[in-house]
Amino acid sequence: MNRAFNRTSLKQLTGVLQRFQSTLVVAEHNNDTLTPITLNAITAASKLGGEVTCLVAGTNCAQVVEQVSKVQGVQKILVAQHDSYKGSLPEELTPLILQTQKQFNFTHICAGASAFGKNLLPRVAAKLDVAPISDIIEIKSPDTFVRAIYAAVTCPPPAGVSEWLEQCLTKSDRPDLTSAKVVGRRGLKSGDNFQLLYDLADKMNAAVGASRAAVDAGYVPNDMQVGQTGKIVAPELYIAVGISGAIQHLAGMKDSKTIVAINKDPEAPIFQVADLGLVADLFKAVPEMTKALDK
Amino acid sequence: MSTSALINVSAIMSGRVLVGVKRVIDYAVKIRVKPDNSCVVTDGVKHSMNPFCEIAVEEAVKMKEKKLIKEVVVVSCGPQQAMETIRTALAMGADRGIHVEVTGKDYENLGPLQVSKIMAALAKKEDALLVILGKQAIDDDCNQTGQMTAALLDWPQGTFASELSMEGDKIKVVREIDGGLETVKINTPAVITADLRLNTPRYATLPNIMKAKKKKIANVKPADLGVDITSRLEVLRVDEPPQREAGVKVETVDDLLARLKEAGRI
Repeated sequence: MNRAFNRTSLKQLTGVLQRFQSTLVVAEHNNDTLTPITLNAITAASKLGGEVTCLVAGTNCAQVVEQVSKVQGVQKILVAQHDSYKGSLPEELTPLILQTQKQFNFTHICAGASAFGKNLLPRVAAKLDVAPISDIIEIKSPDTFVRAIYAAVTCPPPAGVSEWLEQCLTKSDRPDLTSAKVVGRRGLKSGDNFQLLYDLADKMNAAVGASRAAVDAGYVPNDMQVGQTGKIVAPELYIAVGISGAIQHLAGMKDSKTIVAINKDPEAPIFQVADLGLVADLFKAVPEMTKALDK
Repeated sequence: MSTSALINVSAIMSGRVLVGVKRVIDYAVKIRVKPDNSCVVTDGVKHSMNPFCEIAVEEAVKMKEKKLIKEVVVVSCGPQQAMETIRTALAMGADRGIHVEVTGKDYENLGPLQVSKIMAALAKKEDALLVILGKQAIDDDCNQTGQMTAALLDWPQGTFASELSMEGDKIKVVREIDGGLETVKINTPAVITADLRLNTPRYATLPNIMKAKKKKIANVKPADLGVDITSRLEVLRVDEPPQREAGVKVETVDDLLARLKEAGRI
């Protein structure tokens, strides 16, 4: 038997007949907390209409399993705890998922479209000789999905070939970019000027994002990038400060509920998608907003 | 240095890198969907090399310049026009090209699963030490081919790479992940996918463009490689995204904040 499976959870699973749809959601976590995007993946899995199983693999799973057990819509949890799952390497997780699939014959296997999910799922798909579907935004039926293209489709022993060395995570007291309510933005002439956005974001309890230009210029770390190749966000309020509005950037934020643009160039493309536009110098407008919110 | 380490280094210096490049609609073009909703308009539209593929080519050429590898072989799958993309890579410094000819309906249905099978077959045939690809194509935005190629070869993968360094017969990869950066050390042979910040691709100079015309491009068909390119997915329709309603311009910060309060956003 797979050394990695928790025997008690296996016992609960034996004898279950798979009928209709059954979905495996691969949980993303840091051995401490479940990543919020996993909750979105579980919601999506529930829409497929079948039984939802969640796989928690890691070096220390107890806390995460407890969190998953409280999530509505999850019928079963599979636990795989082993030191080889350190760093969630796809070379180690893929054989585990394949073995799980062999045993339970899921009709669907999914994960959130984060760096973790994007790294792992195509590897699993190739091993199953199926074409994976990336970043779905809607489930029409169990075999019909909607996804965005151009910035809508149907459908073991440790490997030991890779080694996780370290992670250097950006520390922040602000909300996570992908789950934040409000996102502020760049266009500033230096990293120091980002402080203006942090001050405003603090007043609104918002996360701060950035365009590619700001990241490439070294003003902020890469994980703050919003856009086609960065993070895709859809907050209640998105404030684009000094953002021109390139297609690649719009792809990452155009589904925000309300978009506000502050830019001194009245011709900037961002004004074509903004619900509220303010043509003004951000160095004046942003501090003024922060001050006004103080009252 | 020990004898075994010396052997490893020489093995790498004789290694070959396979780079996959894709011809896509230029990133600056505003895409239009065909009236019959079958796909997007590609006829008469400016095409160029996928930006992430340019980064992959640059990295391979840099490795060759540092004498870490011996040869850079560039591969593209598609119709005749894919040759232009291969020529561009040759002008950037790749040594030779392989054009995997896929046309008509097969090309319309060509996806990451089929391309990864082709790349895996070529990696074996060419005895590659590394396969370097872009992390995603900007047309289908799949972000799958590298991972799938690695899976088919049973090689480790270093995706979303922003820094690479050879360490003996292993390769250290700094990866761009959601919370910041992550470093992994993987065995070779391996598959790497390039992120935006891995390097800044060079421009091909005119002399190099002329030289590239003399470099060899082999023509092969998927069947020659024993690859079946039948598709598992069917595109039902392609639609324009919903348009946002035109917004309003406000005059002052106070007006902006008042409207946001009214809308319940703050």
